[in-house]
Amino acid sequence: MNDAARIRNFCIIAHIDHGKSTLADRLLEATGAVDARDMRAQLLDTMDLERERGITIKANSVSIRYTPPGGEEHLLNLIDTPGHVDFSYEVSRSLAACEGALLLVDASQGIEAQTLANAYMAIESGLEVIPVINKIDLPAADPERVADELVGILGGTAEEILTVSAKTGHGVTELLDAIVDRFPPPEGDPGAPTRALVFDSYYDTYRGVVCHVRVVDGDLETNADIRFMATGLTATADEIGMHLPADTPVKKLHCGETGYLITGIKEIDLIRVGDSVTAAKGGADIALEGYSEPKPMVYSGLFPTDGDDFERLRDALDKLRLNDSSLMYRAETSRALGFGFRAGFLGLLHMEIVRERLEREYDLDLVATAPSVEYEATTADGNMVRVSSPQDLPDRAVLESVAEPFVKVMIITPSDYVGTVMELVQNKRGEMGDMTYLSPTRVELHYNMPLAEIVFDFFDQLKSRTKGYASLDYEPGPYRESDLVRVDILLNSLAVDAFSTIVHRDKAYQYGRQMASRLRELIPRQLFDVPIQAAIGGRIIARETIKAKRKDVTAKCYGGDITRKRKLLEKQKEGKKRMKMVGAVEVPQEAFISALRIDD
Amino acid sequence: MLPPDSIELADLAARWRSAYVHIPFCRRRCPYCDFAVVAPGDANTANLPELRDSYLAALHAEIDMEPEWEPLDAVNFGGGTPSSVGAEALGGLIDHLDSRFGLAAGAEVSIEVNPEDVTEEMADALVARRVNRVSIGVQSFDDDVLETLGRAHSSEQAAAAVAICQSRFVTGIDVIFGSAGESLASWRSTVERAVELHPHHLSTYALTVETGTELWRQVRAGGKAPDSDDLADKYELAQELAVAADLVQYEVSNYARPGNTCRYNLATWGQGEYLGFGLGGHGHRDSVRRRNVRSVAAYVAACEAGARPEAGSAVTDDPEMERLVLGVRRMCGVDLGNREAAADSHPGLERLAAAGVIEIARGRLRVLRPLLTDDVAATVLSLSP
Repeated sequence: MNDAARIRNFCIIAHIDHGKSTLADRLLEATGAVDARDMRAQLLDTMDLERERGITIKANSVSIRYTPPGGEEHLLNLIDTPGHVDFSYEVSRSLAACEGALLLVDASQGIEAQTLANAYMAIESGLEVIPVINKIDLPAADPERVADELVGILGGTAEEILTVSAKTGHGVTELLDAIVDRFPPPEGDPGAPTRALVFDSYYDTYRGVVCHVRVVDGDLETNADIRFMATGLTATADEIGMHLPADTPVKKLHCGETGYLITGIKEIDLIRVGDSVTAAKGGADIALEGYSEPKPMVYSGLFPTDGDDFERLRDALDKLRLNDSSLMYRAETSRALGFGFRAGFLGLLHMEIVRERLEREYDLDLVATAPSVEYEATTADGNMVRVSSPQDLPDRAVLESVAEPFVKVMIITPSDYVGTVMELVQNKRGEMGDMTYLSPTRVELHYNMPLAEIVFDFFDQLKSRTKGYASLDYEPGPYRESDLVRVDILLNSLAVDAFSTIVHRDKAYQYGRQMASRLRELIPRQLFDVPIQAAIGGRIIARETIKAKRKDVTAKCYGGDITRKRKLLEKQKEGKKRMKMVGAVEVPQEAFISALRIDD
Repeated sequence: MLPPDSIELADLAARWRSAYVHIPFCRRRCPYCDFAVVAPGDANTANLPELRDSYLAALHAEIDMEPEWEPLDAVNFGGGTPSSVGAEALGGLIDHLDSRFGLAAGAEVSIEVNPEDVTEEMADALVARRVNRVSIGVQSFDDDVLETLGRAHSSEQAAAAVAICQSRFVTGIDVIFGSAGESLASWRSTVERAVELHPHHLSTYALTVETGTELWRQVRAGGKAPDSDDLADKYELAQELAVAADLVQYEVSNYARPGNTCRYNLATWGQGEYLGFGLGGHGHRDSVRRRNVRSVAAYVAACEAGARPEAGSAVTDDPEMERLVLGVRRMCGVDLGNREAAADSHPGLERLAAAGVIEIARGRLRVLRPLLTDDVAATVLSLSP
């Protein structure tokens, strides 16, 4: 099968929980690509975490053979895409590998901001979009309302919208036929020099780096000498194959086809998502468009609770990075927390996932410092310094100005909550842009906002103020100068670097007061009074005192029960062991974790 | 006469042998008490006189099961309410302990009593049965506080009981501070009244919320828990008033006049050996610490069957460490023994010394601020030999 006219490359754009993975499972089942007995719910989400959280982190692909009634056999390549804003670059690369996109929307919930943003991205990339309303079997389903909304957003007519139930399988055959009929076949030049897009890659312990590729021009042949155009790396195509969905080696991937490529390269760093593969000799001159370097948006310090685990943490990060080239980290030393790493992430979800995987898969106990963004500090002599860790902010004496990343935010909310959303965004230094009614009851709002405010607790607050109905998407915008200061927290007159943070001057007082009072609750009383201060430069903006401990003794012991008394003391001793000495103050690990927790 | 807080007395006490006998019966259960108590309304209490008899028989059986030993330097009846079984029964137990182990010359035979139970006749009967020491559960001289504590007596009854006992026994007054609604002034007048009565011994106990008690349920339901700073204020006030009245502090919660320290108490913190008889009793003999069951039915059944009513036992794994963590509660401090080198330049102990909580001199660690004794003990636990 090498006729491009019988190939369809498509993806599914959907919000978390709108049923993308279930639909993919159903398509595989309906076409016999997977036996019912091999069916495992959500075949495409391979990571445990993906399956548990119902999210897709890595792009994935699978090829399905389907013969429409009275037609010829077609090869449908489903390219699964991450659904989260953190991974929008990966989404854009997946879209670049497709000609069509199914826009999957929950029949009771309607379209969400991230889905809409991805749908716009698909349209801008020239993809044919088929709107599909899912979960029509649910009692709360309101497909007519959702269809109206989709027509309002995308244009077209309600008749072009398909309705399915991925759960029951209703409408799946019609959907397969629509994929064949309405998505265009790949256009590419089979005779031109080979160009294949790497739209994802992962690390396999046995096979090294496995690339997901879409052949755009020419073809890709086993044993060919190839070159990655962005990095200039050359290699041999040791194995080429298709996901059917089991990996099936083929001799050649033809123009328009998708599949995998194994080169024997072991370092994931060397292979970049978005890069183009061509022939090592006499290959294409111009790479496919759209390649960019992964760029962290959010930074956080990661420290092992037990200082002895530093090397284990390093190993774990090295291993995670094998599979996640967007994870960046460098060693960092904190006076309060000891040796650890400053890590950069694509966003908050990415950060959470990495932390969770470190703790779960590598059995590490971590203290993570408050997330921060990367600032641009300009000093009096005109030098610009990138600051991703608050300690690195130059001294006020030489600091000329600080700029922070802004993002373009899109929020979709039921119209009832417009007031509360506006209030929240203003409170977070957001500047209002357009406002569009998607339907009489749903509104799309646009803002410019500092990324730092989103990173802090914006998403949680947005969700709680709109009872979970509002959804959020953002894309990077330009840096802007802001009136930013570093707030330091001093414990017994000693600055605790782990608690320092960069905030807008208007918020500094609130942050300082909140942190000081939180720490007063979290740090046990010591043998002496311990002042907790929040300061900007040398100026104290908030102060609390942990009064000296006066009583730590039991009155007596129960009828000579020394064993119990001893156990209680042992427990107290263990508690002391878990303390970190910050100067002369004993601070429990839990205090760092709880004080830095942003969700309460 | 050795001073109550002297090293010599403490060293002597470490070699004393004692016996503790638990009498669990009470008229009512005090809301803060987590001792093994049998009160009306509990399971199997329909026929209390019969239960009392079978319990006493079980006690005698348990005494017979204990291997022979050296003569006892102290016998202490605790509860519960020991007086509830009557002087005759207590006398019978004393005689039995004497015949089985012997009572050393000048042995301390003490009993805990509730003020409302103390009469001249009862006191005389106890004297006749060789009881020479009493601890009176006065708890407070403030009637409102007594009510909060769920006590059955009044402050006047308490004073009367002290007067009756003073002339017959080495008399100790036990008081509790920190209950809800007790002001500092109320506590001051309780301690003042106590020392005015010139007791031989004074115990001042901070009210403790023990898991499973009525008080614990109240606190869990949002009731007021004793405040640590309030307890500290009251503790220090009691210290001040007791010392001014020539009572010598020898342990975290205990004061005595010379010659009147409680042997059982000093022996316990001196890692001394003691036999523990009765419900929930604890014993320490030959480096084994054992504890008895807390269910009266199980206790009686075991003893009747000729089995020890034991709930568990453990061999002390590091006797030297145990000696240290117990010994720090005494005002005379504790010899650091094989931990002396480790204690030198130990950061935790250095911090405690810098804050004036402890003093280490001539191989001996002394707690100067007894209110922080557990912090000291927990730090000492990290010393290696």
